[in-house]
Amino acid sequence: MIPPAFEYHAPRSVADALKLLGDLGPEAKLLAGGHSLLPMMKLRFAEPRHLIDLGRIPALRGIEQVGNAVHIGAMTTEHQLLHSPLLADKLPLLVEGAGWIADPQVRYKGTIGGDISHGDPGNDHPALMLALDASFVLKGPKGERMVAADGFFLSLYTTLLEPDEILTQIRIPIPAAGSGGAYIKLKRKTGDFATAATAVMLRAQGGVVAEARIALTNAASTPLRARAAEDALRGKAVDAASLREAARLAMDICEPSADQRGDADYKRAMCGEMTRRAIETAHARALKA
Amino acid sequence: MSTTHKVHFKLNGKAVSAEVEPRELLIHTLREKLAHTGPHIGCETSHCGACTVDVDGMSLKSCTVLTVQCEGADMVTIEGLEQGGVLHALQQAFHEEHGLQCGYCTPGMITRAWRLLQENPNPSEQDIRFGLAGNLCRCTGYQNIIKAVQSAARKLAAAPATA
Repeated sequence: MIPPAFEYHAPRSVADALKLLGDLGPEAKLLAGGHSLLPMMKLRFAEPRHLIDLGRIPALRGIEQVGNAVHIGAMTTEHQLLHSPLLADKLPLLVEGAGWIADPQVRYKGTIGGDISHGDPGNDHPALMLALDASFVLKGPKGERMVAADGFFLSLYTTLLEPDEILTQIRIPIPAAGSGGAYIKLKRKTGDFATAATAVMLRAQGGVVAEARIALTNAASTPLRARAAEDALRGKAVDAASLREAARLAMDICEPSADQRGDADYKRAMCGEMTRRAIETAHARALKA
Repeated sequence: MSTTHKVHFKLNGKAVSAEVEPRELLIHTLREKLAHTGPHIGCETSHCGACTVDVDGMSLKSCTVLTVQCEGADMVTIEGLEQGGVLHALQQAFHEEHGLQCGYCTPGMITRAWRLLQENPNPSEQDIRFGLAGNLCRCTGYQNIIKAVQSAARKLAAAPATA
């Protein structure tokens, strides 16, 4: 399968990319790693007249610590996340998450920014970003704005990103001491989207959960933050009863659609199970942190 | 018809160029314009890995890369692994360990394993399974492929100059 014809542009700076995006208008699409967009173009689900390749803009790549946060360029690849010593040290949850994405070849091309801005609830970074309390830097013709991951994902393939804006950077606060994270994903095979997956970041203190952030992948038309489950866990010890209750509350907000991965009831049940396992694992890690 | 681009890159050490439409996929340029039919078209949906080639140190599925994205790249395909008529240690090991049956996935499998061994010269079985997870083989059950990669890793470690 070959995509329909389009014109190709390879700007060397974010300013040039923004100018192209403004000049070419809605018929242009940004090309990041291309492993979602090119398959969609092959199937004619997307038929942009222009592709603006962000692959030749070095300023969009890289991982660095800035104060108490880690800044990640939007064009940083999954492979780079997976092998970053800084992330392994400061944000191991992101490394664990990247390892569950696609396969090695796709991870050399797939980017964190592409995964986020595509707005696909089956992608893994959106729930990870919610759990990690990330913010996104969006650049447009009128300047730059920063938005929280929580609230960024509006509906299927729709985010706060305006058509004339580019997601340039992801900023993630480094979790406090005593924190642990986990991303637990059920998938049928390598490269598949999640049947259900849950990202958890929590901080333990004095035998109880001081803070928890819980987010669900592929459980609805957007990634979901399981607030009721977070609230129920706060101040409690992690035991069979609190795990069961948090999993139940997470299942309550799921609205999965039936597909070849299972029917809605099965997916909801798996979401509960992934949530239970992710909390348990994150808690065990928090105690060792 | 859109504007064509003349794309230049290095293919197995040799400078090459091709005139392409932006929508042309790298696998088609390699096979149809540059006579490199080692990389195969399996699924054409970036699942199977038969089209894997090495671009600037990355194993890529060339069915999901545009040739125009490769301007200035340094590319290696299965054709580039043999040196002076001598099979690469991985090729030899796939032969000796019976790491193939029909052979369709083999060029992609070996090209991917070649990059994996450069990143991790002494991989565990788990590392190999994780590292080759993007390549499907419908014949072997993978066990002999893993044995072949392990065997090649040992040989390369004993004689690093041949890497």
